[in-house]
Amino acid sequence: MNDLRQPDDGSPGPDRRGVLECMAWAGTGLLWSLGGGLPRAMGLEKALAAGTEPAPFTFLQISDSHVGFDKAANPDALGTLREAVRKIALLPEKPAFLIHTGDISHLSKEREFDDADQILRETGLPTFFVPGEHDLLDNGQGRAYLGRYGKGSRGAGWTSFDRNGVHFIGLVNVVDLKAGGLGNLGEDQLDWLERDVAGLSASTPVVVFAHIPLWTVYPEWGWGTQDGGRALALLRRFGSVTVLNGHIHQIIQKVEGHIAFHTARSTAFPQPAPGSAPSPGPMKVPAGDLRKLLGVASVSLVGGAGPLAIIDTPLAG
Amino acid sequence: MTATIPSLRRWFYPAAVLTAALALGLNPATAGPADTAQERIVRIDNFTFSPEVVTVAPGTTVTWINGDDIPHTVVSPSGRFRSKTLDTDDRFTFTFPAKGEYPYFCSLHPHMTGKVVVRDAPE
Ligand SMILES: [Cu+2]
Ligand SMILES: [Fe+2]
Ligand SMILES: [Fe+2]
Repeated sequence: MNDLRQPDDGSPGPDRRGVLECMAWAGTGLLWSLGGGLPRAMGLEKALAAGTEPAPFTFLQISDSHVGFDKAANPDALGTLREAVRKIALLPEKPAFLIHTGDISHLSKEREFDDADQILRETGLPTFFVPGEHDLLDNGQGRAYLGRYGKGSRGAGWTSFDRNGVHFIGLVNVVDLKAGGLGNLGEDQLDWLERDVAGLSASTPVVVFAHIPLWTVYPEWGWGTQDGGRALALLRRFGSVTVLNGHIHQIIQKVEGHIAFHTARSTAFPQPAPGSAPSPGPMKVPAGDLRKLLGVASVSLVGGAGPLAIIDTPLAG
Repeated sequence: MTATIPSLRRWFYPAAVLTAALALGLNPATAGPADTAQERIVRIDNFTFSPEVVTVAPGTTVTWINGDDIPHTVVSPSGRFRSKTLDTDDRFTFTFPAKGEYPYFCSLHPHMTGKVVVRDAPE
């Protein structure tokens, strides 16, 4: 097998399949582009500005819309979700579908899910979901989420599907959390994951999405997944793995071997950088700055042998 | 069935003790370090329960108040108590009739942990 470790000459081609390239990080959204198997990220603003080289296959990541949130950090989370959806409509390359990486709602109320659904539907795009911890707060501890978004999924909402030669895996790491611990996948889901990828050739590009980062970002704030390493171990043999997460309401990325990690902005409110505040709670910023810190991400498979490209787009430059 | 009998007894003992204390003219609100106050407040601010450990006498009612802009819960891993989701300024109250240690955590943010220790006030 080729050594797919990150080359750094900036040239496109199969050797760059291990690369997650950040083209611009100012953004509300992340536009992911699959080119040669590995995603690259680019701010949505920049993607809109560039808009010249059409990617054959693009999907969009949106996260942490927290519909229902109305506190000081953003009194109108529904409004900023609407702005994000408008931004998506302006993308030069229409994404094939949307991935929502959780915290759709703030308190799992029917009304919140209804409002979120109504706005997301305006994109006219199929949408795949994984839940955040804010989506499982109904009395049934997640029954409402599963009823609405869980069709065809297993367990607490895990799912996988194939598009354009890419294998997508949606994992749930916000269920049955243990006192003192972090995010949690659990034995059943890990068993399923092992079977799910068993038949895939190592050259299949894999995109994994889950709410809480699967890698340890900052355990003091619970930003990590206890058994995330076991999931990643099952994916190590693949030449190109892209891990997309939310939950931390800011962009953080890392490349480890063939695995590229990326977290998306929220469309509702920003959270502080790890350890930079007394708590990870919503960060209040001057009103003029809020939209620079919210956004979505667009991911493209550029075709041929290039890496996936990720474009983060803010609600406002 | 057998399990319910001791738990009923736990409910009755502290009530009897409290009645006796009141009969002697003791003020439960000011007595003892294993505080015989009947109510204790635990604040939830900045994703932290404070105080993290509260020591109370049997029969004490503990009230948690969420001061954060983010919802939290108060959940006993053994299932003894479980709050609903507490939005900003919401409260959860639970009365601890029996001696023992009651660890708990937030099911949304499991790194948030706390403990209620219930024991008799020292002489
Ligand atoms: Cu919490
Ligand atoms: Fe969130
Ligand atoms: Fe979250």
